[in-house]
Amino acid sequence: MDQIILQILNGLDKGSAYALIALGLTLIFGTLGVVNFAHGALFMMGAFVSVTVSKLLTLSHKVVDETRTDFLGNPLQVDVPYVYDWFGQGAGDAIIDWAVPISIIFAIPIMVTIGFIMERGLIKHFYKRPHADQILVTFGLAIVLQEVIKYFYGANPIPTPAPSAFTGSFDFGVAFGFDPNAIIYPYWRLVYFFFSVIVIGAVFAFLQFTTFGMVVRAGMADRETVGMLGINIDKRFTVMFGIAAAVAGLAGVMYVPINPPNYHMGMDFLVLSFVVVVVGGMGSLPGAVAAGFLLGILESFASMSAVINILPGINQIIIYLVAIIILLTRPRGLMGRKGVMEE
Amino acid sequence: MTKSNFSRRGVLKTGAIASAGLALPTYLRADGHSGFTNAPGDSQVILGFNVPQTGPYADEGADELRAYELAVEHLNGGGDGGMLGTFSSKVLDGTGILGREVKYVTGDTQTKSDAARASARSMIEKDGAIMITGGSSSGVAVAVQALCQEAGIIFMAGLTHSNDTTGKDKRANGFRHFFNSYMSGAALAPVLAANYGTDRKAYHLTADYNWGYTTEEAVKSSTEALGWETVNAVKTPLTQTDFSSYIAPVLNSGADVLVLNHYGGNMVNSLTNAVQFGLREAQANGQNFEIVVPLYSRLMAKGAGANVKGIFGSTNWHWSLQDEGSKAFVRSFGTKYGFPPSQAAHTTYVQTLLYADAVTRANSFNPCAVAEALEDFEFDGLGNGKTLYRGDDHQCFKDVLVVKGKENPENEFDLLEIVEVTPVDQVTYAPDHPQFAGGDLGTCNPGA
Repeated sequence: MDQIILQILNGLDKGSAYALIALGLTLIFGTLGVVNFAHGALFMMGAFVSVTVSKLLTLSHKVVDETRTDFLGNPLQVDVPYVYDWFGQGAGDAIIDWAVPISIIFAIPIMVTIGFIMERGLIKHFYKRPHADQILVTFGLAIVLQEVIKYFYGANPIPTPAPSAFTGSFDFGVAFGFDPNAIIYPYWRLVYFFFSVIVIGAVFAFLQFTTFGMVVRAGMADRETVGMLGINIDKRFTVMFGIAAAVAGLAGVMYVPINPPNYHMGMDFLVLSFVVVVVGGMGSLPGAVAAGFLLGILESFASMSAVINILPGINQIIIYLVAIIILLTRPRGLMGRKGVMEE
Repeated sequence: MTKSNFSRRGVLKTGAIASAGLALPTYLRADGHSGFTNAPGDSQVILGFNVPQTGPYADEGADELRAYELAVEHLNGGGDGGMLGTFSSKVLDGTGILGREVKYVTGDTQTKSDAARASARSMIEKDGAIMITGGSSSGVAVAVQALCQEAGIIFMAGLTHSNDTTGKDKRANGFRHFFNSYMSGAALAPVLAANYGTDRKAYHLTADYNWGYTTEEAVKSSTEALGWETVNAVKTPLTQTDFSSYIAPVLNSGADVLVLNHYGGNMVNSLTNAVQFGLREAQANGQNFEIVVPLYSRLMAKGAGANVKGIFGSTNWHWSLQDEGSKAFVRSFGTKYGFPPSQAAHTTYVQTLLYADAVTRANSFNPCAVAEALEDFEFDGLGNGKTLYRGDDHQCFKDVLVVKGKENPENEFDLLEIVEVTPVDQVTYAPDHPQFAGGDLGTCNPGA
């Protein structure tokens, strides 16, 4: 029982990332009809906003420490962050410690801008082209973006830790009457899960309870009619692209303490996120979120050694196996709408 | 008046033979006068540096390339000479190799076997490289080594740690300076037993490929011989990025040590996840829970950040060593590039010098003469103490470093501290050791 609860918890944070990326993918597909293979790259760019903010906050000047030497035997040049000079060491340390949450403030405008530039600069030219062309151009864009990141940040992962208040893990087992150590869960992964629930809730509330959202939903259902009513739906869809980019970016910003980011992390999530979108149903926002969590949890269960011992290799194929079963039994996915991708 | 002896048939016949000869790949063509592939001219000799320039190990590849450039500079008489001054063999005098200026070409392995073979083949066939060296993965090393054997080219392996490189996949034309999984296990186990006791239960997470298997086997057999018990060993996909579902059950498995047989991005993420789950502070079986990383690299330790603190592992070389060879190398490298070299840089620099030295001692570029000069060659002054290039399997035998993540690093390079220099006798094994069984060195191929 404790193992089952443990793997459900594990699946939740993995599912959170899948759900956030798939939500953005579905938003773009549902509004603009574009299959955006650069969406994983947006997740990665978000992560590197976090890295950049951390680097900016630790921007330092050199102070020579005559008492110590560097690896060549010269007097050691110690890096002193500018925030120490401005706010004192205690406050400076606290600011550096909270670099990841601080990044959220910067990530939203940066990612919305990147989304705007991508959509207006490149993707809008491919609206009327076949999906294969869209996939090729966005995939190419993803490769360009990751090479740009690699050029500036290198190929190695860059450690970007969570605030020290969130290091360590919570013993759920003790709280729920199990043995100590039976169900442990890192604090930051809990934060990530709740953060993703808030972001998903905010996106749904925006679409459900604002006039802008209502128009967008109407446009998703019948673009032509909304256009005939004199509403510039393209403009609104561009905004939605920016929002989708921000959602992917936020998923990336908060993910960096879980695994140190590298230039390739977007690709690692991209294929899985597409499977999530297809399983959830093309164009269905609740489907994307539900499938994200479902596949995250299933992936966790398949990684249990008890399961691998019975079905070796199941951990590598479980997601695709489930996708095949769901698509065979429900060809439109879990919550797919009729007519989407069927013309 | 002159009379021509050309007949139409004669010209056609000669032309056909000449065309066939030219069409043959360079490496299949025996050089008439030399009897081996890519015999260099009188003025220069070309070496082929095959390193990952793109992909996840690009940073490690870049450091290898820096070391190669430094080695070439030193061989050609430039810079401060680096380890040429400390090397026990004194035949290299800064005039290139056998009086020929050393030039080099580079290839990108991408850390993919097929890409690595293609780039090595190109350097051999198109650029006329006489020796291929480099790489940051055992899969690549084994693949390129086999290609060099077929082509009649010496392969001086870069960073490759799997037992198989000089075990079941060893080749007569291939040589490895870097240590291997067995040596890591043999060096680590006594230190682990001394620090954590002999009554320990280990849980292995192992990358699901060749290197992971040999490392798991080596660490398991070495620790079990000292009384440890292995409670579980789980294979993790090489493409795995989040290890939480593998790590979460560890604490409740009855184990009190987690061994991460992971390298590169796998190691960075699995260690980060393990620390996140509180394993480093946890208690199990009435003892502190411990984590072990059998193969450390400073570049990877940098990726894992503060998570490496206090965690044991092994390494081939470290820049903080205080022998004259290491100091000379760190000085040369640090002065040129502004930071200390990695173990990948060290092994590739040393391999280049060892090749140049072997050619000079053999007074020939013929791969078979070079191989003979390298076999059972004993040397010192290259950073690892007294070293033997064993003829039976072309593996170097030298001291192995057991290191620990430093608790209070003084700068961004100061991530690992040397806990013990394990003497070579403790990590030496018989050529027919079961962990290395199944291979055949074969005979040297000069390409003729």
